[in-house]
Amino acid sequence: MIPLTWYLVFAAALFCIGAFGALARRNAVAVLMGVELMLNAVNINLIAFWRYTDVGQMTGQLFAVFVITVAAAEAAVGLALFIAIYRQRKTVNVEELDTMKG
Amino acid sequence: MYETVVAPPAIFNLSVLIPFLPLTAFALIVLWTNRNKTLSAGLAIGGIGLGWIIGWAIAITTFGIEHFGERPFRIFADWLPTGRSWHAFGFAVDPLTAGMLIMVPFVCLLIFIYSVGYMAVGKPAGEHDERGAPAEAGHVDPLASRFFAYIALFATGMLGLVLADNLILLLIFWEIMGLCSYLLIGFWFGRKYDDPKKITPKAAGLKAFLTTRIGDTLMLAGMLLLYAQTHTLSFAEIFKPDTLHDLATATVSLPLIGATPWATIIAILIFWGAIGKSAQFPLHVWLPDAMEGPTPVSALIHAATMVSAGVYLVIRTFPLMQAVEHGPALQFIAFIGAFTALFAATIAVAQNDIKKVLAYSTISQLGYMFAALGIGAYVAATFHLLTHAFFKALLFLGSGSVIHGMEHGHHEGEHGHGGHGETSRQGDKETHGGHLSTDHLSTHLPAFDPQDMRNMGGLFRKMPRTAITFIVGGLALSGFPIVTAGFWSKDEILADAWMHGHTVVFLTLAAAALLTAFYTARQIMMTFFGKPRTAAAEHASEHDSIFTWMTVPLMILAVFAIAGGWVGIPKEFPVLGALSTNPFHHFIGGLAEALDIKAQELPFDATPLATSLVVALGGLMLGWLVYRKARPADGHVAEGESMSSPDQFVDPLARPLGGLYTVLRNKYYFDELYDALFIKNAVRLSNWLFRFDSGVIDDTIVDGAGWVGRKLSEIGHWIDEHIVDAAVNGAGAITNWFGGAVRVIQTGKAQNYLLVGLVSVSVLLGAFLLLPK
Repeated sequence: MIPLTWYLVFAAALFCIGAFGALARRNAVAVLMGVELMLNAVNINLIAFWRYTDVGQMTGQLFAVFVITVAAAEAAVGLALFIAIYRQRKTVNVEELDTMKG
Repeated sequence: MYETVVAPPAIFNLSVLIPFLPLTAFALIVLWTNRNKTLSAGLAIGGIGLGWIIGWAIAITTFGIEHFGERPFRIFADWLPTGRSWHAFGFAVDPLTAGMLIMVPFVCLLIFIYSVGYMAVGKPAGEHDERGAPAEAGHVDPLASRFFAYIALFATGMLGLVLADNLILLLIFWEIMGLCSYLLIGFWFGRKYDDPKKITPKAAGLKAFLTTRIGDTLMLAGMLLLYAQTHTLSFAEIFKPDTLHDLATATVSLPLIGATPWATIIAILIFWGAIGKSAQFPLHVWLPDAMEGPTPVSALIHAATMVSAGVYLVIRTFPLMQAVEHGPALQFIAFIGAFTALFAATIAVAQNDIKKVLAYSTISQLGYMFAALGIGAYVAATFHLLTHAFFKALLFLGSGSVIHGMEHGHHEGEHGHGGHGETSRQGDKETHGGHLSTDHLSTHLPAFDPQDMRNMGGLFRKMPRTAITFIVGGLALSGFPIVTAGFWSKDEILADAWMHGHTVVFLTLAAAALLTAFYTARQIMMTFFGKPRTAAAEHASEHDSIFTWMTVPLMILAVFAIAGGWVGIPKEFPVLGALSTNPFHHFIGGLAEALDIKAQELPFDATPLATSLVVALGGLMLGWLVYRKARPADGHVAEGESMSSPDQFVDPLARPLGGLYTVLRNKYYFDELYDALFIKNAVRLSNWLFRFDSGVIDDTIVDGAGWVGRKLSEIGHWIDEHIVDAAVNGAGAITNWFGGAVRVIQTGKAQNYLLVGLVSVSVLLGAFLLLPK
């Protein structure tokens, strides 16, 4: 059986890739994809911990399913927002989307 | 004594309305109708007309009540709380009031009607007329509505005064009249004269008000003393025999004089109010100058209202005046009255202003009444008060008609015979250029004086209606025997003086009567007879429609100036006495008896009758003889020419009387004397007080307080600026600086925020993990 540490290292790496994508990509869709990566890294953590510590109960799986659902909703909302922004400003470059400034 | 009738006729309750009807007219005019002059005049006349009807109805009812004097009517309500008791606000009708109700509203009504003509209500407004100055001949006065409001209020004052049943209420109406006299004498407040010595209406109004105020103040003092002694000001209470007895016996010690009864002090103080109001010496100076008011006002003041109020007050308070029998109060009244009667008559002889002659005549006649009261001739004084009101109103209104006639004549004379239409206006613009219009715009009067009798002459033919009625009034004033009212009332006073042994008073009054007849004849001769002495007199006329309004009241008054005396013909008088029942004496005498005043009819005596016949006829004859031939001085003015200046007329008395004539003409220099004694000093005192005010109070105290306040404020300002403001600004600056510092991290880019969040979480997580627990 693969030790728990490996899963955790893998999940951390995946999270870092996601965080990098969310923070550094210009394209809003790519940013969204980064966010999805981070969510899934968390899911891996959840499943891994569940498998190694608390198999008797469904909590880890349930939590992961819940996160996936939320992520799907979030992706839908996020994409809808980007489409709306694109219609208005003809761009999805997050560098240019600074309307939150003062 | 003064007990309320069990069931008085219901009409008496209407007495309350009488003063309030003209008051309502006043209020309506002032508040609503003052833009409509005709309506205003109508309201004033309606108010006084209704008052007249009610007044006469009440008075005539009282004539039919037997022993009315003992049971007068009284209506009152509680008014002012005074400790445990109340001052009643009430009206009373007794024979004296009834007599006044016959005279006052009726004469007022006639004067009001006359005023419609005098103020030319209904005529177009003049183009150049200014508010507060007399209108050009034939044009309505710009302030005619205000005039009618004032005279209505004046009538309110007098009617309320005669009905008042206590001294407080009487004083209120008394002061209303004082106010109205001020307003009306100064009615032409904008009028100015070229001669700086001539008093302006504004100054005359002030003079009348201030002079009467001296008397009013003393009268108020008397009233307060009376209240302090008796705790009441109601006539019915004061005139109770016990009260009067107490007043007459309780004495107070005065410096120099010694023990004096309260009654004497109070009576003399109250009499001072009458001296001021009725213009007796030494407070007579205001009345001749009151002639500056419009003529109907002069008639109102001199006949129906103001000056009668003084006499009425003394008649009303007569029981108080005679509380000490033959006391100094009555002697004082008799002295002042007799002296004034003669003194004013002498001045009247040398006056040239038609109204001034009448003014001094009024003073003199009022002196007559006071002298009569002083010797106890209660009924005779009342009688003379009433008859005098009729013929003096007649004379004043007649003189107003003469003045208007002269003004019309002056107007005509200046503009030729073309009348005063548009064409004549054009004409004088051509001849005088722009000069005339500026002349009319300013309130300066032309040098011509339409009131100067020296400018008149021969007006009988030009103004017959005015002349005849005026002569009737003049004859009544001089006491022309048998037919005129003045004869009967004056004769009664003389008879009283003679029969009661007041020889000095009798002789003084007889001399005054002689002078009265003389100056009346002089006035009539100078005004109506001889040849016209100026173009104005030549062209004078009474054809204008306004003279209809003016002459009808004259005729009615002329009837009363004759017939008014017939109610008081003594029963003992030869021949005529048999026809007479002397209802007046019976009526007023009833009141006198109720008040314990001796007023029985006197037996007939030939001496006073002969005296009064001689002085009246002799004076008239003398005046006629002296002034028959009076005309401008020879050499200056050719026969039939008109005078260029009134000074060219030489008074026939001027040469024989010499310096005395000048003294008389200048009214014994009383104005100058008062000016030097009182007015100059008062002005000096005022100036000193002004300097004290401006130097000490203003400059030192007020300005000093201001300076201190300013310095304190400056300190406060410094603290505010340097400490409070600095703290506020500092707080602002710190916030600003901090804001500037943190502003840079707000970029608006979501990724930056996420980065900040990530770094923060990382740092906090690192700290959480690494720092010791």
